[in-house]
Amino acid sequence: MSASTETTFRLPAPLLALKNIVLFLLKSPTSAFGLAVLTLLVLVAAFAPLIATHDPYAQDLALTLQAPGNGHLFGTDELGRDIFSRLVWGARITLTIIFLVSVVVGPIGLIIGTTAGYLGGKVDTVMMRITDIFLSFPSLILSLAFVAALGPSLNNAIVAIALTSWPPIARLARAEAMTFRKADYISAARLQGASPARIIVKSIMPMCLPSVLIRLTLNMATVILTAAGLGFLGLGAQPPLPEWGAMIATGRRYMLDSWWLVTFPGISILTVSLAFNLLGDGLRDALDPKQMNRR
Amino acid sequence: MEKPILEVDNLRIRYGGASTEAVRGVTFTLGRERLGIVGESGSGKSTVGRALLRLLPGATITADTLRFGDRELLTLSEREMLKVRGRHMSMILQDPKFSLNPIRRVGDQVAETYLRHFRCSKTEARDKALAMLEAVKIRDPKRVYQQYPHEISGGMGQRVMIAMMLLADPDLVIADEPTSALDVTVRLQVLNILDGLVRDRGIGLIMISHDLNLVRNFCDRVLIMYAGRVVETLAARDLDRAEHPYTRGLLAAQPKIGGGRAPLAVLDRQPEWLEEKA
Amino acid sequence: MSHRRIRFYGAAGQVGTIAVTLLGLLLLTFFIGRLMPADPVRAMVGEDATRETYEQVYRSLGLDRPLWEQFFYYLRDVFTGNFGTSIRTGQPVIQDILHVMPATIELATFAILIGAGLGVPLGVFAAVNKDRWPDHVVRVFSLFGHSMPIFWTGMIALIVFYAHFGLVGGSGRMDQFYIGLVDERTGFLLIDSLIAGEMDVFWSAVNHIILPAALLGYSSSAYITRMTRSFMLDQLGQEYVTTARVKGLSRNQTIWQHAFINIRVQLVTIIALAYGSLLEGAVLIETVFAWPGFGQYLTNNLITGDMNAVMTCVLIVGVIFIGLNLLSDVLYRIFDPRTH
Ligand SMILES: Nc1ncnc2c1ncn2[C@@H]1O[C@H](COP(=O)(O)OP(=O)(O)OP(=O)(O)O)[C@@H](O)[C@H]1O
Ligand SMILES: [Mg+2]
Repeated sequence: MSASTETTFRLPAPLLALKNIVLFLLKSPTSAFGLAVLTLLVLVAAFAPLIATHDPYAQDLALTLQAPGNGHLFGTDELGRDIFSRLVWGARITLTIIFLVSVVVGPIGLIIGTTAGYLGGKVDTVMMRITDIFLSFPSLILSLAFVAALGPSLNNAIVAIALTSWPPIARLARAEAMTFRKADYISAARLQGASPARIIVKSIMPMCLPSVLIRLTLNMATVILTAAGLGFLGLGAQPPLPEWGAMIATGRRYMLDSWWLVTFPGISILTVSLAFNLLGDGLRDALDPKQMNRR
Repeated sequence: MEKPILEVDNLRIRYGGASTEAVRGVTFTLGRERLGIVGESGSGKSTVGRALLRLLPGATITADTLRFGDRELLTLSEREMLKVRGRHMSMILQDPKFSLNPIRRVGDQVAETYLRHFRCSKTEARDKALAMLEAVKIRDPKRVYQQYPHEISGGMGQRVMIAMMLLADPDLVIADEPTSALDVTVRLQVLNILDGLVRDRGIGLIMISHDLNLVRNFCDRVLIMYAGRVVETLAARDLDRAEHPYTRGLLAAQPKIGGGRAPLAVLDRQPEWLEEKA
Repeated sequence: MSHRRIRFYGAAGQVGTIAVTLLGLLLLTFFIGRLMPADPVRAMVGEDATRETYEQVYRSLGLDRPLWEQFFYYLRDVFTGNFGTSIRTGQPVIQDILHVMPATIELATFAILIGAGLGVPLGVFAAVNKDRWPDHVVRVFSLFGHSMPIFWTGMIALIVFYAHFGLVGGSGRMDQFYIGLVDERTGFLLIDSLIAGEMDVFWSAVNHIILPAALLGYSSSAYITRMTRSFMLDQLGQEYVTTARVKGLSRNQTIWQHAFINIRVQLVTIIALAYGSLLEGAVLIETVFAWPGFGQYLTNNLITGDMNAVMTCVLIVGVIFIGLNLLSDVLYRIFDPRTH
C-alpha cells in the first residue's frame, strides 16, 4: 500500500483494520457483491418511507392480485397491498431481527464462553455440557419448540432464535479465552490481585470480541433463514406485518395463478442470506493471515 | 569418460507470485557419483531437487539444458514424466512421519512403486517389496509390511522410504535431508544403508543437507549453494581447501569435537556473493 | 441450515456424556413445556368449567406438585415409553411418530444420497482447483444452496417442474389414486410398493420424492462440499501426497488413492451430521410438499398447540442427533487405523 506523504491524521487501529478488511473484501467480486447488497439493505430500511411507493398496510380491495406493472412495481397481494412497498418495509423487520438477535446472542455467548474458558475446571465442564445440550438440536427445531411454548409472534421468534444461536458463539469465545488465559499480562493482572470477574470483563472479553463479531456475521444467514422459516410456518411475524417469510406463507395459496406473491419476497430472502454468506466467506479469507499477505 | 546421468545448465526457478527467482542459474553435471548440495536454509536446495522431478506446481522452471540420460526433462509431457518419476528418478523425503500415507499399510505403499511401473501381479509386487524391505535391513519384513506408519519408528520409516524409492531401481535418487528428522542414534545407520545400496546398484545420488560433515563422509563431490546460486563446487575431500568465503564461513560455523571452547564463528555475509558470475 | 456437533471426550467419557446430554435434553424439553403461557388445564376443561373441576384436573395433571417432582414424573413417563396422547389425533404420540417417521426417513435418505453424491465430488474438484475458476464456481453454487429459503425454493420448483412442465409428481408421496393401493409393511413406500409388485406405485413414488429430495440434497450439499474441500486441502498439503507423486502416480491417482482415502472417515462423520440436519429442512419442505412425515406432523401440532406432541417430537430429534453424533464417533474409531 502506498503511504501518503502528508499523513497527519491516522485512523485508530481498529478502524484501520476494518478499512483494510473492507478493502480486501472489495477485491473479490463475490464478497463485494455481498457488501453491496447489505449496504443496499441498510439504505432501503433507513429510507423506507421515501422509497416505498405505497403504504404497506393500505388495502385496496378493488385492485387485488394485480400482476406487476400499472403503478405496482411488483404487483399487489390478495388484499390489494403493494408488494414492493411491503418488501421495502420488510427490510426493516429483517434488520431488526438481525440486530436484536446479535445484541442478545453476542453477550450471552461471550459471557458463557469466556467464563468457561478462563475459569476452566468444573465451571467449564458444566457450561460446555449445557452448550452441548443446546447444540444437540438443529436450531430451527429448537426455535420451533420455544416459539410454540411462548406463543407465535415476531418478538418471541427473535427470543427463540437468540436462545438457540448462542452455543457456537460460546464455543468460540471459550476457545479464544483459553488461549489468552496463559498470556503474561493476564498472569500479571492476576498477581496484582485483580478478581476473575474483572479480568474476564476487562482483559479477556475485549480480546475475544473481534472473532465473536465475525462469527455473528457468519451466523446471520442462518438467522435470516430461520426467521423466515418461522414466519412461513406462521410462528414468527404475524399478519399484517410485511415480514418476508410470512408474505410467502400467505402468498402460497395464490402461487399458481399469481406467482409474484411468493416470488419477490423469496428473492429478497435469498439475496440477503446469499449476501451474508458471500460476505462471511470473504471475511474468513480476509482474516486468514496466509491469504492476507498474498494480496 | 562415462556419459553423465544428469546435466543441468543455467537452471532458473521462480515460484508463482514471487518477485525474485528462488534458483538463479544453477549449473552442474552428475555422473554415477554421489553429489552433495549444501547451503543454509532457504538457499534453494530443495527447490532444485523438486524441479528435477518437475514437482513444483505453480512454479516456472527454465534452463538451457536439463538433460537426464537422453531425456530433455523440460520438453517431456506430463505423461512421459509419470514414467520417469519413481522409475528412473526418485526422491527420499525428509520426515517419514509425514511422507508416508498414514492410513495405508507400509508394505502396500512400497509395493505400489513396483505396481505402478511394471506389469506384474500383486503377489509379485509384494514379494519384490518384501525383498526390498529386507535389503534396507528391516528384520521382520513380513510384519512391518502389514503395519501402519504410526506403528513404526522414525528410523524404520526412513528405511521404508528408501525401500520405496529404490524399488524400481532408478538411475538417480535425490535425498532431501534424509536424516535430519531422525534421532541422532539412528542417523548413521540409515545413511549407511542408503550408501550401501546406492553404491551396490550404481545409482547416482544427490544428497541435500545442511551438514557439511555428513556430506564430506558420504559424497564424492559437493555443491555449495547460497541464495539460489552455486557459489562453489568441490571434491568432498578438498572441502577444507575451499576458497569461497561463504564456504569457509560455513566450515568455521561447524562445531568440531576437540575444538576449542571459543564461540562458533557467525557468517558475515557479503552482498557481492549474491551477484551472478558473468 | 446450521450444522452442529457435540464433542465426546474420549471413549470412557462417552457413556457419561451421553447420559448427561440426554438428561439435559429432557430437562430442556420439560422446561420448554412449562414455559407455555397458555393454561393447559383451561385448554382441557374449557372456559366455563367450575372451579372444582378445574382444581381436579389441575391436580390430576400433577401441576400442584413441586417442579422437581413433576420432572421426576416426566422422566418416569419418558422411560416407560409413555409420551401421552396427542390431543389432535387422539392416538398415543409415540405411535403417531412411528407411523410418520418412515416417510421422512425415506425422504432424508434419498436427499442425503443426492447431497453427498453432489457435495463430495464437487468439494474434491474445488480443492484440487483451489483459487482457480472451478473453485469459485463451486463455491458460489454451494453458497447458493446454503442461502436459499428451502420452503420458497420448494414452491418455485413445484410451479416450474410440476405445474408448468409436468416433469415430476406434485404434492404428497404418490399420485392421489394410488393411495391405499399397497399395504403398509415397512412404511417405506418405495420398498412396500416393490414388495407388493406394484411398479406403477413405485414409479409414482419416485416421481414424487425426486423434487423434495433434490432440494433438500442440494441444500445439504453446500455444507458437504465446503467440508470436503477443506478436508481435501488439508490432505493435499501433506508430504505423503508428494511421495505419491514422486513414485510416479498421476494427479488423479494421487487424489483418489492417497488423499481421498484419508478423508473418508471425516466425510462419514459430517454426512451423518448433515443427515440429522435434514430433519430441519424436512419440517419446511414437508409442509410445502404435503409430505405426510415427521416434519408435517410437528408443524400440525405446532399450529394446533398440542404441546405434548410437540415436545415429544423435539425430544426425538434431539435423541436422533445425539445418536448420529455417537454413530459418527464410533465410525471414526472403527475406520481410522490410528485410533486402534
Ligand atoms: N512453495 C513455495 N512458494 C513460494 N516460495 C517458496 C516455496 N517454497 C520455497 N520457496 C522459497 O524458495 C526459496 C528456496 O527454498 P528451498 O525450500 O528450496 O530452500 P532449502 O535450501 O531447501 O531450505 P531448507 O534447508 O530450509 O530446506 C526460499 O526463499 C523459499 O522462501
Ligand atoms: Mg529444503
